[in-house]
Amino acid sequence: MNAGALFLAVFLACTVEAVEATTIVLAAGTSRDWRSALRGVLAGLIVLAAIIAALGPAVSSIPLSGLRLFVGGLLLVFGLQWLRKAILRASGYKALHDEEQIFRAQADAARAAASQNRAGVGDWYAFTLCFKGVVLEGLEVVFIVLTFGSNQHNLPLAAVAAVAAVLAVVGLGVAVRAPLARVPENTMKFVVGVMLTAFGMFWGAEGAHAHWPGQDAALPVLVAAVAAFALAIVAGLRYLRVRAAAPSDVAKVV
Amino acid sequence: MLTRVRAFGAFWYDFVVGDDWVVAVGVVVAFALTYWLSHTDVPVWWIVPVAVLVLLPVSLWRLTRRGDG
Repeated sequence: MNAGALFLAVFLACTVEAVEATTIVLAAGTSRDWRSALRGVLAGLIVLAAIIAALGPAVSSIPLSGLRLFVGGLLLVFGLQWLRKAILRASGYKALHDEEQIFRAQADAARAAASQNRAGVGDWYAFTLCFKGVVLEGLEVVFIVLTFGSNQHNLPLAAVAAVAAVLAVVGLGVAVRAPLARVPENTMKFVVGVMLTAFGMFWGAEGAHAHWPGQDAALPVLVAAVAAFALAIVAGLRYLRVRAAAPSDVAKVV
Repeated sequence: MLTRVRAFGAFWYDFVVGDDWVVAVGVVVAFALTYWLSHTDVPVWWIVPVAVLVLLPVSLWRLTRRGDG
């Protein structure tokens, strides 16, 4: 995989995570208290830094084939989870991920919660909401950077891609002070699901001592094959939905 | 204390395995089979792609059937 593909894969995956975290922070900040929300973000970033400091050297000391097997397995499980949700959304079986709706729901819940001063934090609810959002979404960003970066022996580039994605999303969020509804999140999740699945298959099988025909040239073929397979499933599920809905539509007309 | 340990375990289970354990088990079996057969003369690169071809539709079928979709 060349540097451009590594950058793109990490950038897209981290953008999706950053959009989700930004939505939570914006909801807590605008509906509750910006000061407590930003303290929650800071505390979350400190926890993430500690995790990176602990995991970074550990990951780089694991032998490459063991690392590829472990990381490939995790990426494949993650990728299939993302792909499954993206397929269900694209085929209409699951509601589309709507950041505006999520923002409204988070903001309503935040307004309804009682304000509580704890541990020197003015609004404990806003603090914990942002802390959890940053740690959970950030953990996925850390995982993506460590796995992609260590596998390609280019952790700095993976880290730069992640930082670029987070800065772009946060910058946009600060500029508009509203949920990032125009980011094509559902399409991006589909693309990221395809990439994680293909990379997971490629690295995991290599870690298990398989030899791909064409070696590195097999990776783009896998990406294209997974995308085509997922799109075929979407088309199949859409057809099944239309066919299942047809009799009731006829009954309504009659 | 026990509640916290359980919550910690539940968080990591949800983070890694997610909403369908069959996929996680299928992936582990596919890699184990690849590793095991890699010591023979049989080509093994096709095992993981075939596992994905089977696991993805099966998982989708399980989720839509139980109404998670």
